[in-house]
Amino acid sequence: MPWTKLQVEREEPHFDGDAGRDVRKLSFGDALKEALDQALEQDPSVYVMGQGVNDPGGMFGSTDGLYKKYGTTRVFDTPLSELGMTGIAVGSAMAGMRPVYVHNRPDFLLLAMDQIVNHASKWSYMFAGQVPMPIVIRSCIGRGWGSAAQHSQALQSLFVHIPGLKVVMPTTSYDAKGLLITAIADNNPVIFFEQRWLYKHQSYVPEHIYSIPFGEGVVRKKGTDLTILAVSHMVIESLRAAEELEKQGISVEVIDPRTLKPLDEDIILKSVKKTGKLLVADLSWKTGGFSSEVISVVAEKGLSYLKAPPKKVAFPGISTPGSFVLENAFYPGVKEIISVAKELVKE
Amino acid sequence: MSIDSKTLIELFKNMVRIRQVELVIEEHYHEDQMKTPVHLCLGQEAVSVGVCSNLKKEDRIFSNHRSHGHYLAKGGNLNSMMAELFCKETGCARGRGGSMHLIDTSVGHYGSSAIVAGSIPHAVGSAMAFVMQKKDLVAVSFFGDAASEEGVLQESLNWANLKNLPVVFICENNHYSVCSHIDVRQPKVSIAKRVSGFGMPAITIDGMNAVEVYQKSREAIEYARSGKGPYFIECIVQRWRGHAGAGDPLAEQYRRKEDVFNDETVCDPIVGLKKDLLDKNVITQKEVDCINEEIDKEIKIAFEYGETSPLPDVKDLEKYLYCE
Repeated sequence: MPWTKLQVEREEPHFDGDAGRDVRKLSFGDALKEALDQALEQDPSVYVMGQGVNDPGGMFGSTDGLYKKYGTTRVFDTPLSELGMTGIAVGSAMAGMRPVYVHNRPDFLLLAMDQIVNHASKWSYMFAGQVPMPIVIRSCIGRGWGSAAQHSQALQSLFVHIPGLKVVMPTTSYDAKGLLITAIADNNPVIFFEQRWLYKHQSYVPEHIYSIPFGEGVVRKKGTDLTILAVSHMVIESLRAAEELEKQGISVEVIDPRTLKPLDEDIILKSVKKTGKLLVADLSWKTGGFSSEVISVVAEKGLSYLKAPPKKVAFPGISTPGSFVLENAFYPGVKEIISVAKELVKE
Repeated sequence: MSIDSKTLIELFKNMVRIRQVELVIEEHYHEDQMKTPVHLCLGQEAVSVGVCSNLKKEDRIFSNHRSHGHYLAKGGNLNSMMAELFCKETGCARGRGGSMHLIDTSVGHYGSSAIVAGSIPHAVGSAMAFVMQKKDLVAVSFFGDAASEEGVLQESLNWANLKNLPVVFICENNHYSVCSHIDVRQPKVSIAKRVSGFGMPAITIDGMNAVEVYQKSREAIEYARSGKGPYFIECIVQRWRGHAGAGDPLAEQYRRKEDVFNDETVCDPIVGLKKDLLDKNVITQKEVDCINEEIDKEIKIAFEYGETSPLPDVKDLEKYLYCE
């Protein structure tokens, strides 16, 4: 059993996105696999590659066994040439293919930045929309078990900054499948971040192929006193915090943007207009990060709605430490969200 | 391999065309109407022409910042290229790219990259797509000697060899990376020799000789198309101008004594071929004059087209960010 699986089961209590509903539920990993399976089935130009996609573990289960069904020309292992293989994906997209390049960790995307930022993201603009660039780059944000500084980075803010990219961060299994289908169908490069701890969670997933439009967030929980805009695994933490806060008489609205770029600004502004208070719970560093971007959107377009200065719950500006003692102190979660939410509501 | 007269004349004609285009650009560059960094391929015409003469229209080429020769040799539209140099809406990239980012998808050119070695994996990826799609096509990657210093070339060679992909790598070794001589950048082992370590055919040829380039690249392209795998050709060439812009104003300060292009008759790929064709009565002086005249006329029209075309509308600044 891979160590990350052990870690997930140690640290992360089960979360059921559709508790009490008698519907088909899939884990996050199985939902991703179903999306890939259906996309491969439907479109012969789709292929899946990445170091380990044909491993017995199948990329935390999300590609498990697909090569047996579609063969190793459509689902194949790659050498550790992140830059070259990204460029190869780009070149194949220029020739009509729709690659899905799967990486174990976002940390490794840094090796591929030239092809992602200088090439894939720019091909549409630089050549006036003549060349579709349908590439999906998936990677799984690590956490825990001493993953430390080079196996746990959440780098979405870097990619949100780059024109021409789209950045997707699903939280539920339902969204994981639907957003991955949308990403594969999109004619532009899509960076698709998964958080490792989400893999165990379950939620309703329809059997048929479906897509979820980019740029449409969802209200995960309605509330009136405070808006929490949370990203990826922070949605789960925020929902747990909201449950606790509710008991203390604080009504929290939790919003999941689902795609960071394009960003559903309306859903955020509408909620802040109602609550007057904003907390952004992001899965990346505070400085120059996505949380800053959300607050700047509200400052520019909805400053008059705010009854108190907005707050961030995000990573401190240090690398992820290895030791579990430090690691626990590094990651903010339910406790920090509750404490910051209370401060905000008091103001 | 013998070459028929028609092919020889085509090689000559296509080189003259590229040469004249580059000279016209250089002549007018100081007027500041072409507001884009140009990297002239004067002296290197034989490589583009020799290689592309062996390609089908649907075969693809992948090019770099020194892109004019590749684009024209593959059949890229001259009017659209000139308009792109003038940054006009009628340019091949609608004025969004400039000289370093030429494109003509109708002839298998999907956009050149100005990041050294950046388009090498694109050629490999396209070749992989051709195999997946069971198409009988070849991808050709053009790059310079400095690209062999980038890790992405090794990564691309690794995959192309592992998967036996129909891709031909054409390295134009002009010895200079901007003003830095190859001696200060690479060990004295030929680039082709280093590449041959992958177990693929890798040869070094005279890139100033269009007939040699034509013949050797023909073998390489046939080899790749027949499913035998990738092929690497290092073409030794001379860059007659500076890295970018007109002329070579810093030449005195960086050129080596052994750079012999002061006497262009010795190593001019066009003069050499012309002499050969005249000597062997493949072509007459009158025909040569006629070719020159036709080309000059075509270039004049293209230049005027570029100059007089409309500029992009600023209201379209954000257009094309995403592809539909």
